[in-house]
Amino acid sequence: MAALKKFEDLNASQIDVLTEIGNIGSGNASTALSSLTGKEIVISMPEVKFLGFQEAIEKNGSPEETVAAVLVHLKDDIRGMILIIVEHEFAEAILSVFFGEKKIDLLNLSDEDISALTEIGSIMSHSYMTAISSLAGVNIGIETPSFAVDMFGAIMSVPIIEFGEIGEKLLCIDKFIEINGVKMKSNILLIPTVDSLSVLFGKLGME
Amino acid sequence: MNLSVGISDWKIGKPPDVVVTYALGSCVGICLYDKKTKIAGLSHIMLPESTGSGEGSGLNRMKFADTAIPDMFNKMLIMGASRATVTAKIAGGATMFTTGASCRFNIGERNVASVKAALHALRIPILAQDTGADYGRTVFMYPEDGKVTIKSAGKGEKNI
Repeated sequence: MAALKKFEDLNASQIDVLTEIGNIGSGNASTALSSLTGKEIVISMPEVKFLGFQEAIEKNGSPEETVAAVLVHLKDDIRGMILIIVEHEFAEAILSVFFGEKKIDLLNLSDEDISALTEIGSIMSHSYMTAISSLAGVNIGIETPSFAVDMFGAIMSVPIIEFGEIGEKLLCIDKFIEINGVKMKSNILLIPTVDSLSVLFGKLGME
Repeated sequence: MNLSVGISDWKIGKPPDVVVTYALGSCVGICLYDKKTKIAGLSHIMLPESTGSGEGSGLNRMKFADTAIPDMFNKMLIMGASRATVTAKIAGGATMFTTGASCRFNIGERNVASVKAALHALRIPILAQDTGADYGRTVFMYPEDGKVTIKSAGKGEKNI
């Protein structure tokens, strides 16, 4: 198979592999979150989606909704980013687990809340990537996480712009998180670069 | 009518339309307005330069500052706007994550610089701007009087 140039060129079995990778990775991330919080965490089956830029925003949320986000860049064999979108309800549930029942305003989080959310995002990203690197035998480096609270659309402009130079679509592997039986929207988006996928499929003997 | 401009898109309206683009992050919204004819264009660009983008012939000209702005301006002229009276207001170009790898690209700043260069090349004066910083912006443009309203999370609205 020729090297991948566009996400649209992925075949069905490659998409299956990516779904499985998303599944294993996010399973690991949810286990990490469970042991951190002592709560039962369930993560939905991931979906692999190729989305146009506008779609990536409209299908995952509403553009003007205020959300918190943890962004982690990946380096070495697999490049791209993990973007964890934390909606108000989920942030409140998670922070209540750590600091006792509380109401929060995403736009006025305390330093303590911000570090807790950043740390959770970081732990989830690490366990996600650890699963993928042991599965595929690839090295994945993770950069220091960054945190922001803003309109969902404005946050999404970051991956959209970084990947916008090579095409019109974004590959998102995403899923929802359930905590204590309550389904809350919190997207973990794994957004790999197209050449990283070639590396990954090569390692898995799929080329 | 509310005309909604997506990412890598531009639209032109006339009164009583409102032209809007939601949640600009590091992207830049360019409002061009001809007060004589009340023709108003809003472009939402993602990237500074089309050259070297590697897109070849399939290039999406609405994505880049250096192609989207002249295209929208030309379309406004075709619709009857007068070259001498078109002015600009710009917003966006924020750095959404102020630490880590993504802020190293300085993409917001580069987008704003490229937008200014494109406007300068077309001799379109910039009347007002709300650019940079670390927050997202929704832009409403009113062709009736050229007013531009900017809405941000937790910061309310302001007119430029």
